[in-house]
Amino acid sequence: MQKLVRITDTAVPLAIENVDTDQIIPARFLKATNKEGFGNNLFRDWRYQNDGTLNRDFVLNDPTYRGSILVAGTNFGCGSSREHAAWALAGYGFRVVISSFFADIFKGNALNNGLLPVQVSPTFLSALLPQLQKAPDTKITVDVETQTLSVENQALETTFDIDPYKKTCLLHGYDDIDFLLSKKEAIEAFEQQRTYV
Amino acid sequence: MKTLFDKVWDAHVVQRIENGPEILYIDQHLIHEVTSPQAFNELADRNIPLFRPKQVVATADHNTPTLNQHLPVQDALSRNQLKQLSENCEKHNITLYQLGHKYNGIVHVMAPELGITQPGMTLVCGDSHTSTHGAFGAIAFGIGTSQVAQVFASQCLLLRKPKSMRITVNGTLKPGVLPKDVILYIIAQLGTDAGTGYFCEYAGSVFEQMSMEGRMTVCNMSIEMGARGGMIAPDETTFAYLKGKEFAPKGAELDRKIAYWRTLPSEADAVFDTEFEFDAEDIAPMITYGTNPGMGIKLSETIPTKTDASFQKSLAYMNLQAGDRLIDHPINYVFIGSCTNSRIEDFRVAATYVAGKQKASHVTAWLVPGSKQVEAQLEAEGLRQVFEDAGFQLRQPGCSACLAMNDDKIPQGEYCVSTSNRNFEGRQGQGARTLLASPLVAAATAIEGKIVDITQQLETCKN
Ligand code: SF4
Repeated sequence: MQKLVRITDTAVPLAIENVDTDQIIPARFLKATNKEGFGNNLFRDWRYQNDGTLNRDFVLNDPTYRGSILVAGTNFGCGSSREHAAWALAGYGFRVVISSFFADIFKGNALNNGLLPVQVSPTFLSALLPQLQKAPDTKITVDVETQTLSVENQALETTFDIDPYKKTCLLHGYDDIDFLLSKKEAIEAFEQQRTYV
Repeated sequence: MKTLFDKVWDAHVVQRIENGPEILYIDQHLIHEVTSPQAFNELADRNIPLFRPKQVVATADHNTPTLNQHLPVQDALSRNQLKQLSENCEKHNITLYQLGHKYNGIVHVMAPELGITQPGMTLVCGDSHTSTHGAFGAIAFGIGTSQVAQVFASQCLLLRKPKSMRITVNGTLKPGVLPKDVILYIIAQLGTDAGTGYFCEYAGSVFEQMSMEGRMTVCNMSIEMGARGGMIAPDETTFAYLKGKEFAPKGAELDRKIAYWRTLPSEADAVFDTEFEFDAEDIAPMITYGTNPGMGIKLSETIPTKTDASFQKSLAYMNLQAGDRLIDHPINYVFIGSCTNSRIEDFRVAATYVAGKQKASHVTAWLVPGSKQVEAQLEAEGLRQVFEDAGFQLRQPGCSACLAMNDDKIPQGEYCVSTSNRNFEGRQGQGARTLLASPLVAAATAIEGKIVDITQQLETCKN
């Protein structure tokens, strides 16, 4: 898993609430047997018209907005539990999603794939979205170590929560297998002093 | 103050991660052909070795034919899966009991009968019915394929400790009431989600007096009430069962182990998060009428009336009516097998009913032993002859019609009285209608060609 310690980048404002995983990655793209390639179909039905041409009105197709941070309306990632949603966002190049609420399963799936969901207050979000729309070059800094989010040249700053174990994983780029492998010494020591064998 | 579960769990915690999961050491990992290939791929992709190959044992069971096992497997996809298992096991030095091997069998039948499953251990398998092994006082539960890869890589899992539940059944079971009836009764009482988030201990005189095979039947179905696993405290029955088993400790080593195992039962003042208690006298031979294992009634009862949509949908699928009795309902298929009821005791009790009788002519009755060892026992005890004389078809070991992944499917619309553990829509084949019951009820159904109230004929059979 790719590590995430601190990131400073411009952001894409997706001012839509209740973005469900069917929108993030429509069901017809779930047939692949590996984790690659889903980024191409991220928000497929919003990014493309029925005839396959680009939908110029959709924020991801607007050249004004770039960056590896997605800022979205509340209740992001609701609906089906498909982990493909996290693969699609990560595959497209997002490292952070900021919203005022995340669906539980999506949150877990995202963290398992090195994608950080940052939950902020509704007030903070409603200040952040218009700021990004007004000044698309605004840089946001997300610091996993200090659990802070700050907006360049603005008074906007906040802290966020993260499961301490998952924080360690992100900081070191570990997933559960990596984490367990990093504990090999402890595991081997445990094997030596097992009381029950 | 500790419970059996606490003691085994705590002894296996490598580290507690502050505000996070615990690293739990896994003693024994069982694998089969269906849920392991992607986990082996994960190892290959990351170029990491398999950490403790000696603690992994493999069998081929889910996707195997139950006829002509000496011939190459016909179905190409199944054949490929079995080939991958063989190659992966060879590459990683894992013991594999492949098709035809004298120790081959359903993973949850094979490991206990070989003495691989022992009290106080942690045991996992990429299969939800791993709860079976809890019968020995082990912490045993099913895991997903990504966790299979984690155990391959580290012999550990990252887990948060589940809550504890105890189900106590005291009293004496009535004649003809088998362990399968006990667990079907408990699930019918509690529902299929009562155990969600819990690890369950079964306690009380009923389980104390039960054989190891009966205990396995009970623990097997813990998952059907939502619990991750079930456990029964190890006792003299457990130790006697293990004595002499191929991979069980022997001699002084066994004595040393038994001394430790005796320390495992829950302490008298141990506190459980949830407790339930039932009376053995209230339990009768059971049968399910719906499409989840909680939809069960006593053979003598009628199907209850409920108005919710899922209940209605379930009855519609089963083509049964609320208020109906199942007695006298004609049945064309009977399946005695699966990791719930395919051990020698299951066939012995079925044989008590079958001996000297003929199955009804319209019934197809499949007997599928859980392992090659059970198959050999059937032969040795003369039971094969008893069943064949009665017109039953004895097949070769495997999961078979429990999940119908191979050719052993119940046809569309047909009812099957089955000793397996799941009666979900389509579980035994598209459109098939499953009624879960004990091996005794299943055997009686095959003979009579319809569901009968065996409680009325119990003088003829001993259990
Ligand atoms: S017999 Fe059925 S429940 Fe048991 S392991 Fe096989 S498929 Fe699963």
